[in-house]
Amino acid sequence: MPYALCFLLFMLGLYCAVVKKNMVKIVIGIMVMEYAVNLFLVMLGFRVGGIAPIIDRAQYDPVMQQVAAGFVNNSVDPLPQALVLTSIVISLGSLALMISICVRTYEKYGTFDITQIRRLKG
Amino acid sequence: MKGMTIIVKTVSSWVKMLIVLFGIYIILFGHLTPGGGFAGGVILASSYLLIMLAFGREFVQKDLPLALDSKLDCLGALLFAMIAVLGLVLFDKIFFSNFLYLPGKEFELISAGTIPFSNIAIGLKVGASLFLVIFLLSTFRRETSANK
Amino acid sequence: MYIFYVLLIFMIIAAIIAIETKNLLSAVICIGALGFGASLMFLFLRAPDIAITQIVVEVLGLIILIRSTISRDLTFISGDKEFFGTVISVVIIFVIFLAGIKVFETLPEFGTAIFAQASQGASQAYIKEGLQNTGAANIVSSVILDYRAYDTLGETTVLFTAIIGATAILRKKARKVLEEPDL
Repeated sequence: MPYALCFLLFMLGLYCAVVKKNMVKIVIGIMVMEYAVNLFLVMLGFRVGGIAPIIDRAQYDPVMQQVAAGFVNNSVDPLPQALVLTSIVISLGSLALMISICVRTYEKYGTFDITQIRRLKG
Repeated sequence: MKGMTIIVKTVSSWVKMLIVLFGIYIILFGHLTPGGGFAGGVILASSYLLIMLAFGREFVQKDLPLALDSKLDCLGALLFAMIAVLGLVLFDKIFFSNFLYLPGKEFELISAGTIPFSNIAIGLKVGASLFLVIFLLSTFRRETSANK
Repeated sequence: MYIFYVLLIFMIIAAIIAIETKNLLSAVICIGALGFGASLMFLFLRAPDIAITQIVVEVLGLIILIRSTISRDLTFISGDKEFFGTVISVVIIFVIFLAGIKVFETLPEFGTAIFAQASQGASQAYIKEGLQNTGAANIVSSVILDYRAYDTLGETTVLFTAIIGATAILRKKARKVLEEPDL
């Protein structure tokens, strides 16, 4: 059921990116899609009653060089978290690129509306 | 772009030091507590952003000019690539191997090989890049509305 | 478990307001609320690294959006949409949504870790031997900077390219070329 709500969020973002006519609304739709995808990836690795993947000093046995079994059986999956961490920073970079394109287009044509930017030069 | 009132300027010049300290803490302890290079780099960029909003754009342009910022960005990326290539050429003949067996126990600041250095390189790179982009967006905005 | 449903419904309401409102300032504020809701979700999903990164990235994204769009002239979006295209798009998106719900029934239930339970999988190896092999207590750090450092190099390259693209678009000198009359 939480997967279905996350997918609904993704579909809302897709609707906004396809249907709307203002350039900033299209950018907002793409951002909503990115939030939904990051949330879905982290939700895949969740374990009920789990603990965060950071080892405490009490759980490590330095003599045998082993982590306690309670940690191994209860910890949340660290691999999707590593994927999502880079994805969040990349989404900020691509937001900067999209907004700079919008700003340039506004300076040239005077509007944010995409139905009035049909003239291609050259 | 003009700055703000004198109360905002005074307070933000004190708070900027706290933000930079917090960012450096999150970068350096990235292998022991949550955080790492990415979050710390973004926090460092936001400290300069606070100064730009409070004091005006010309002050920041004198303090950290864009040429120096671009060089910091490239320096961060170059450090990260050098850590990778050093593992290939000199030490273990494996790309990106963790080659520093420094004398340190676990759960202390000096441990985990090349991971703190990679964190520092990434924090530098991400912070410089994001500050550059936000600065350019503000500069561009002022010029277009001055032309109208 | 109920906290997840509450936060997800809050995020969906904020997304609906951000999409449908005609005021650009309200849309940007709702995106801020969406980001904070996502950060709270990450905290309750036991991912503190990602929660810290999401909050600071959200604040910077809000600053970028507000400073480049609100101070231009239009804050109210007007104009009508063409009716036929909208109806077709909504119908297709609804059909994809229903098909997707059927696919999600086949996934294992929410809460059982799908990757980490495979005993020969990568996640079990990272959890068991992460501290011993790399020496870092934060397993996510050791994954992104030691086991999967090549992916981090790729991410650095993508960020670098995006920033170079944004810098090249926003340069001053390019505008002089555009203002020359066409021959």
